[in-house]
Amino acid sequence: MSDNRMNNRIKHPHSKVNLNKPLSFTFDGKSYQGFAGDTLASALLANGVKVVARSFKYGRPRGIIGAGAEEPNALVQIDTGARTTPDLKATQVELYEGLVAGRTSGWPSLAFDLKSVGGKFSRFMPAGFYYKTFKAPVKMWPIYENIIRRAAGYGKSPIEADTETYDHQHHHVDLLVVGGGATGLLAALLAGRSGVKVLLVDDQSELGGYLLSMPNVKIGGLTAQNWSANIIAELASLPNVTILTRTTAFALHDMNMIQAVELLQDHLPHSARNATQRRERMHRIRATKVVLAAGAFERPLVFGNNDLPGIMTASALTTYINRYGVACGKNAVIMTSNDLAYQGAVDLAAAGVKVTIVDTREHINPEWANRTNKLGIKVYSGYGVSEAIGTSAVQGVKLVKLGALKNIVTGSGPDISCDVLASSGGLSPTVHLFCHDGGRPKWDEARLAFVVSANGRAKDGIFCVGAITGVFALQEGLAKTRITLAEVLTDLDKTIDDSGLALETDEIAVTPARHIFHVPDGKDVHGTIFTRPKAFVDFQNDVAVSDIQLAVRENYRSIEHIKRYTALGFGTDQGKLSNVNGFAIAAEALGKTIPEVGTTTYRPAYTPVSFGALAGAHVGITFEPRRYTAMQATHEAYGAEFEDVGQWIRPWYFAKPGEDIHAAVNRECLATRNSVGMLDASTLGKIDIRGKDVREFLNRIYANAWTQLAVGKCRYGLMLDEAGMVMDDGVTACITDTHFLMTTTSGGAARVMTWLEKWHQTEWPELEVYMTSVTDHWTTAALVGPKSRDVLAKLCTDIDLSKDAFKFMDWRDGTVAGVPARVFRISFSGELAYEVNVDASYGNYVWNELMKAGKEFDITPYGTETMHVLRAEKGFIIVGQDTDGSVTPFDLDMAWAVGMKKPYSFLGKRSLARSDTSRTDRKQLVGLLPEDPNVVLKEGAQLINSSDITPPVPMLGHVTSSYYSAFLGRSIAMGFVIDGIKRRDEEGRNIVYAWAEGKAVKVKIVSSVFVDAEGARHNV
Amino acid sequence: MFVIRCPHCCEVREEEEFSYSGEAFVARPSAPEIESDENWGDYLFMKRNVKGWHWEMWGHSSGCRKFFVVKRNTANHSIGGAWSLTEARKEYDAEEANA
Amino acid sequence: MKKDYSIWKLLSQGLKNHEGWTPTWRNPELKPSYDVVIIGAGGHGLATAYYLAKEHGIKNIAVLEKGYLGGGNTARNTTIVRSNYLWDEAAMLYEHSLKLWEGLTEDLNFNVMFSQRGVFNLGHTLQDMRDIERRVNANNLNGIDALTLNAQEVKDRIPMINISKNTRFPILGASFQPRGGVARHDAVAWGFARAASNYGVDIIENCEVLGMDIVNGNMKGLQTTKGYIATSKVGCVTAGHSSVMAKAAGIRMPLESHPLQAFVSESLKPILDTVVMSNAVHGYVSQSDKGELVIGAGIDHYLSYAQRGSPHIIEHTAAAIIELFPMFSRVRMNRQWGGIVDTTPDACPIISKTKVKGLYFNCGWGTGGFKATPGSGNVFAHTIANDEAHPLNAAFSLDRFHSGHLIDEHGAAGVAH
Repeated sequence: MSDNRMNNRIKHPHSKVNLNKPLSFTFDGKSYQGFAGDTLASALLANGVKVVARSFKYGRPRGIIGAGAEEPNALVQIDTGARTTPDLKATQVELYEGLVAGRTSGWPSLAFDLKSVGGKFSRFMPAGFYYKTFKAPVKMWPIYENIIRRAAGYGKSPIEADTETYDHQHHHVDLLVVGGGATGLLAALLAGRSGVKVLLVDDQSELGGYLLSMPNVKIGGLTAQNWSANIIAELASLPNVTILTRTTAFALHDMNMIQAVELLQDHLPHSARNATQRRERMHRIRATKVVLAAGAFERPLVFGNNDLPGIMTASALTTYINRYGVACGKNAVIMTSNDLAYQGAVDLAAAGVKVTIVDTREHINPEWANRTNKLGIKVYSGYGVSEAIGTSAVQGVKLVKLGALKNIVTGSGPDISCDVLASSGGLSPTVHLFCHDGGRPKWDEARLAFVVSANGRAKDGIFCVGAITGVFALQEGLAKTRITLAEVLTDLDKTIDDSGLALETDEIAVTPARHIFHVPDGKDVHGTIFTRPKAFVDFQNDVAVSDIQLAVRENYRSIEHIKRYTALGFGTDQGKLSNVNGFAIAAEALGKTIPEVGTTTYRPAYTPVSFGALAGAHVGITFEPRRYTAMQATHEAYGAEFEDVGQWIRPWYFAKPGEDIHAAVNRECLATRNSVGMLDASTLGKIDIRGKDVREFLNRIYANAWTQLAVGKCRYGLMLDEAGMVMDDGVTACITDTHFLMTTTSGGAARVMTWLEKWHQTEWPELEVYMTSVTDHWTTAALVGPKSRDVLAKLCTDIDLSKDAFKFMDWRDGTVAGVPARVFRISFSGELAYEVNVDASYGNYVWNELMKAGKEFDITPYGTETMHVLRAEKGFIIVGQDTDGSVTPFDLDMAWAVGMKKPYSFLGKRSLARSDTSRTDRKQLVGLLPEDPNVVLKEGAQLINSSDITPPVPMLGHVTSSYYSAFLGRSIAMGFVIDGIKRRDEEGRNIVYAWAEGKAVKVKIVSSVFVDAEGARHNV
Repeated sequence: MFVIRCPHCCEVREEEEFSYSGEAFVARPSAPEIESDENWGDYLFMKRNVKGWHWEMWGHSSGCRKFFVVKRNTANHSIGGAWSLTEARKEYDAEEANA
Repeated sequence: MKKDYSIWKLLSQGLKNHEGWTPTWRNPELKPSYDVVIIGAGGHGLATAYYLAKEHGIKNIAVLEKGYLGGGNTARNTTIVRSNYLWDEAAMLYEHSLKLWEGLTEDLNFNVMFSQRGVFNLGHTLQDMRDIERRVNANNLNGIDALTLNAQEVKDRIPMINISKNTRFPILGASFQPRGGVARHDAVAWGFARAASNYGVDIIENCEVLGMDIVNGNMKGLQTTKGYIATSKVGCVTAGHSSVMAKAAGIRMPLESHPLQAFVSESLKPILDTVVMSNAVHGYVSQSDKGELVIGAGIDHYLSYAQRGSPHIIEHTAAAIIELFPMFSRVRMNRQWGGIVDTTPDACPIISKTKVKGLYFNCGWGTGGFKATPGSGNVFAHTIANDEAHPLNAAFSLDRFHSGHLIDEHGAAGVAH
């Protein structure tokens, strides 16, 4: 806390912190100084900041426990404004000049958290208490819930859009090594020397892993630092090796696909950040072989009040002194169940800190006894810390004498004062990645750890080395890494070259650890109102030993139930410190062994990864591709509003100054019906189909018949799925007897193409047909209206455009404005119309030439909205708007487009005969005329029999298309009505009500052809 | 996310290049009109949906656009092989005969 | 049924170190025979057993679970509850369920934390908006609360959402169901388990069904890893594994089992107080009471029982969420997972008798089963007890795949859940 500021920084010979480069930063509104090489955590500890957070449920003060990804408590808010980032772990935040860090818990302040008042009543808030309460009165739950929500949550989401960018990089390598500690470095080097393509990723700013925390160990006679420096230098010299630091492999997927995220800029002061550079990059790595050298985390021992600030893992204490030159206290107690904590204790004592060791084992390693003795370190063997003493920081410990064989209290011990308390309960291997695609770790009772396997080859293409396999001793780990790499390289047809690599270390041989996870306190509170001090297993979620015991008592016996009931391991640390302790404590409560209890499932992400990195560059307008036609620039210049149609961006309408959509569409419609309009129809899907069997193919694919279609002619076709439902439509032209050009809906082109290919390849390979998508090869300008022939005639002299020479539903090749063109005389409006198709490169030119030619007729470009009105006036359907996947051709009153007599049972035909599908009283598409010609129905209005509304109201169908027809001077619509075709023709049954948003409108069922039923307009 | 070897391109490629296309060897009845509603409904909708080795079609949609058959274990995503439609039929029939 | 969960009991137990709490559900020995056996102790299966006991007076019931109860899709979904479906049959079924949700905490004496914070289904194209209009009107006429909102009205209710036109898929509007929301998924399974167990239902965990004893088309019993069970009625509620069970009965189902993935962010202070769904971009997001953004992705297209999918699906969904909420770009994914969803051709469930007398299936919920949990159990219990469908599930029979009477929710924006 601020008033407890002191400087814990010492000059340490191996420290990676540069004391000549001071950096200023703020935390929770106060200014501090740290140094280059610090993490936010090490700098805070150096400044004597003990309380960095308040706990989730009880508001208890919390300090820094770990030194890396395992940290559960020190969640901070980094930076401000658009760059603010919540929930980063202070132990992973690299310090830079001007860093602004905020707390993520504690209200109104870290010193006093309102939740701690409630926390005083924590005895009434055990695991899952909320399932049993907040129930009555029922109406109060939203209020209770609001309070719960406000109390929950750590950091704050940014509220401004992210201004930084992200991307993805793909790698295909022979070998990926995850982890740049001792074994990972060795693995990368051995592989690198063989010439295979190697990628090494490590989450820290510097390679070396735990070697950075144990500089006094010697490997091959070199200090750890020099040993790794030599390897790193050699790796750097190998062109086939890539090293990515600040890069966390966070997920492993099928067939050795690893995702890793690289932090590119967050460690830099703002002034040094490059706005053109990405903030983070996600690497997608496909590796032939993977070596997991991910190491392990030390788990703490569990005891009363073990969450007091100043209590940490022994490895964190060691890391802070050796790597950062921070002594976390002046008077340390270190409790351990194994040999691991001794090196740190010795290093700490050498730095001048008073150290007391409490070893839960009766017999300690004689060599360590010897070394600690020399340094004057007092060792209590056979004791445990049953309870920490203190209020907002640890001030001392209570010791108990432990049974030699059983984890029970056999006697009392002294109270010892201290200002920092560390513990080691052994190592928990980082098996996460191995488990992501279904792997399960095994319990190793000798190592007291869930490990991958003692053998390096874990499964197809995945090898494990080092601590992850339960090999915790450095020398053994290096030796086995060498053996494993020989296997990896054999698989890759290479041989190992380990020349010049001495791998023996000066470690002290390890003696067995004690099987202990939770230190007993010997108190009996059974049947009393006294409670034990809380002994936390999961700090981030405030899960105590008593919570796990309660869960078991209430029959949450599967470890997954225990996890879910207590929230054990659900935090942003993903239980890196807590899970194994939780499993062990659950096992004890269940009367089972740890392997019988097993683990919960390790899921990605190993550590959290930003949504931005996951999304990469696929954000904003590059979220998905946009497709534009060749005329886009012209449309924009003409003031088009656009509409999304599938991936296409199409002009919706062209408003003139002062016009709204209605005015514009009315003008466009009238201009087209009275003179000439032009539509960009380039987005229609176009599939070129050739081969001697095209006709037969089309007969099978389409509902209607194609046998008789002559060269030079076009025909409308309706495509059904195998369930008989309309899936697409369009006009297909016969170019030659063995060459057809099919058009599809704009949104359906890709689906239809795949559909055709699939049927051809799987069911009808005997048909000789070849399909090519030519959608993008052509642009289409649809010239529509009584003056369209006049306009075209000005630019096209080599096609006889006369009525009888170029008939409706014909196509001709010729030139338009000097450009080779294919012209279709087809109409989606009922008007005389020509669709002019040219090579897409000339599309914009021809469009503009047509506009010029049409000027004298006041040619009017129009968009999809006018297209919709014109086609609705004629009763033409839009697949996707007037159909929804549940509509047959008969439902559309389009029996004329179904060739029931074709010899081959075309796709969907048989389904039309099913008992329900063949009913004649299904919902059918009809025309609708509102009684009031000025009322335009809501598309999506439901059709009902009466205007009397008392839910549930039986619905007859709905309005699919509805417009104001300027040409008719009234509103028109189309929609589905049950038995609609019969009702249309029966006076008395032909009135329905269209209901939308609380209003019912009287509507008459009519024919859906509103304009020119006899077809006189196009037949000119 | 797996990789698949396209038997036409003879290349191992990422799953994202391909499209899953349903159970393999679902033959369309040769004379749909004589099938009962029951049989026709079975052909349209009923699936084996196997847990374990599954014969399935994939299309190389961002590649050669051929459909082919993959034998894949739906329980663990391992792939037993990929063949052209014709070759796969032989493999499949041989396996069925042995079963 | 004992209803002993209350603040008073909690306080009194708080003074006794919580030693007096009894098992949430019993751990009984498997009996040799039962009147009804339910296969699958997920939310739907447990709800079925509960309503069989409560409403149909059948007490000799076993629920078999091959793993731990509530460990399948119940434990893996994004907990969205709504009833704003397009077609009458679906709307009525989900609305029945929603009404049960509204009284579930009280009925079960277990706080399932049903939180009616509203559900938005966003529209991004003109056709989306037509579909929304159609669905909302149908909902209203069916007596279901629903509103159509324009983009500004969406923004007024969700201040963080991006309605700018400069996105790939600008938001044009939404449907909004105020009574929709989310619930605590595990609590639903545990609450039903406790309530069913109190009625005497035997919940048998770690008991896998190995085979079905069917004689002349009649259900006689089940072979399990814990021995043979004689029974004449079996309700199969095994979600992604329904085809595996059907195979044991010698029948095929119109089902495909696909991975469906989801993920949560790290825990944040309250930022989003409703549920936002977008089919167009494939993103579904709400914020849990714990503060995590809970995000659902689209399905993987291949078959899988592996309970995991492919990462590009998650990547796409993260992009979709940023499309809707650009400020979430710096928020971090904490954990991702997958479930196995059993999908049908019409995106509607199957709650049906089969050609085996005494064998019933409740499956095919696809990506949207959680919201139906109480309603599904309720009508399925009726179907099993009476050997005849409840009026609300009559349309969801297997027959429809032969007659063609599908209830096709694909066609309307209600398809994704």
